Amino acid sequence: MGIRILTAQMHIEGIQQLDVYRRHGGYEAFRKVLNAMSPPAVLEEVKLSTLRGRGGAGFPTGMKWSFLAKNTGKPAYLICNADESEPGTFKDRYLMEKNPHLLLEGMMISAFALEAATAYIYIRGELFYVHQILERAIGEAYAAGLLGKNILGSGFSLDIHCHPGGGAYICGEETALIESLEGKRGNPRIKPPFPAVSGLWDCPTVVNNVETLAAVPWIIQNGGKAYAAIGVWKSTGTKLMSACGHIRKPGVYEVEMGLPVEEFIYSDEYCGGIRNGNQLKAVVAGGSSVPILPAALILKTAKGEARLITYESLSEGGFESGTMLGSGGFIVMDHTTCIVKNLWNFTRFYHHESCGQCSPCREGTGWMEKVLHRIETGHGKMEDIDLLSDVAKNIEGNTICPLGDAAAWPVRSTIRHFRQEFEDHVNQKRCPFSK
Amino acid sequence: MKTMEDQRTSFEFDKESLALVEKIIARYPPGKQKSALLPLLHMAQAEAGGWLSRETMDYVASLLKLQPVEVYEVATFYTMFNLQPVGNCVIEVCRTGPCWLNGAEEIIAHLEHRLQIKAGETTPDGKFTLKTVECLAACGNAPVMQAGIKYYENLDVEKIDAFLDDCSSKDATTRQNPYK
Repeated sequence: MGIRILTAQMHIEGIQQLDVYRRHGGYEAFRKVLNAMSPPAVLEEVKLSTLRGRGGAGFPTGMKWSFLAKNTGKPAYLICNADESEPGTFKDRYLMEKNPHLLLEGMMISAFALEAATAYIYIRGELFYVHQILERAIGEAYAAGLLGKNILGSGFSLDIHCHPGGGAYICGEETALIESLEGKRGNPRIKPPFPAVSGLWDCPTVVNNVETLAAVPWIIQNGGKAYAAIGVWKSTGTKLMSACGHIRKPGVYEVEMGLPVEEFIYSDEYCGGIRNGNQLKAVVAGGSSVPILPAALILKTAKGEARLITYESLSEGGFESGTMLGSGGFIVMDHTTCIVKNLWNFTRFYHHESCGQCSPCREGTGWMEKVLHRIETGHGKMEDIDLLSDVAKNIEGNTICPLGDAAAWPVRSTIRHFRQEFEDHVNQKRCPFSK
Repeated sequence: MKTMEDQRTSFEFDKESLALVEKIIARYPPGKQKSALLPLLHMAQAEAGGWLSRETMDYVASLLKLQPVEVYEVATFYTMFNLQPVGNCVIEVCRTGPCWLNGAEEIIAHLEHRLQIKAGETTPDGKFTLKTVECLAACGNAPVMQAGIKYYENLDVEKIDAFLDDCSSKDATTRQNPYK
């Protein structure tokens, strides 16, 4: 069993309550920051940790923080992105529900480093019961003097508020999230300017994922170097993997970066292997947006090396034979799965969730959904397969935000690795997997 | 089919809810009260019969000193807001990838059979509305559905039947102001 940074306290009865959280060392890191550290010193530790954003993009957190515009005369804001909506991803919900104070402590320390006096948790509207858990925890923190004015006599003041979304996947994209938090439609903004310069209400803003912020207390308590010592090369620390699909033990697992994918899938400590004695067919390793890989390529790279759970190893081979770590939403499919139907399902999702701002995405996702439905129901033609690739290529890179890419990558990778299955649908004029 | 115009309902928050409205607006800087729009729409929908009529939206606009169109354009963007009347119990079943891999189609078919309606419809007695939704971030416990603010996970036919039985009393509703 590897080191636990984010889930070490999950088994403790009542850890959602402030007194229990404190009894187990909670808020000691925040106290240390207030008593003995300056904002640049906190930033330095996070930089040393080489922690990377856990929402999906994997951008170095310390670097993101260092871009925050200073001396602008405007307040700076910290936003926690808790709009978890990427199919296959359910780690942030787990973390917030089980240990809300860990997230709050991470936000307090991060806000101190950014010299932000207000922070928001933007949580997807469907998760109102988690919103309630967080509000209870925030109330406890105010009562204990850990939030509000002049916290513990330090001179540092901070307010944290929860803000619910309204049911829109696109609001997980940071500029769409900011628009939504301003009370508007979740249409992504053109970058630059980046939120670090002009974000919420045109003020300097940092948006970080739940899991990213929750790693910060450990980094402060143990040092950035200790965090960087865990993992492999540029993938440091631990990652929450949310595993689902045709496995024996779906759930959220904290893994040390560098764990072999094969061990993750087959070990009883993690997924426990494929259900019902079935064979592994394919894996979507980092949420629905990342390229799908067939069994052989998810277990080993094209060069024959063991595939590891790291940003670098999962992307080894580029999009030809690799994928991405993404959000850690690990969807496993067994040999009974129709890959074409799975893709149709995903593509319908992206069509549904496209904000409609950019024509390639708005129109392209709709066309891909229609063509995939045609193929899946036995009405497709051979040229439809290339038509799909063509539409996907014309979406990719031609949109304001990454939703277009996220819709295109599953299509291109599924055709790349499972072309035969599309042809079988066309030739047999039916889905070979339908009963 | 009634039009939206025919279905105008007058709605106002009670004192307790208005105090909540003030508390929520205070979370944002002065002049940025528009940010309270999504929270207020959630509250209004829960308290105004589960959906947002134009009149309800106009009322929310007046509370936040917004033009009505600023509310309409937001309410029509986010899928959680119902712009037509719904049943007392609204069932939202996830249909996205991981739930589909784990039998969401059978779950939806069973609900359609039990309620004798198709997804997207409301039972003639106004009791149930069945909706399909996209990923609810509970894929490890698929298949999943939501009713009100509650999640129902690892669904099977028995769990659905038990849920429907729970909703059988005359005043059962999934509507709940999430801030109360």
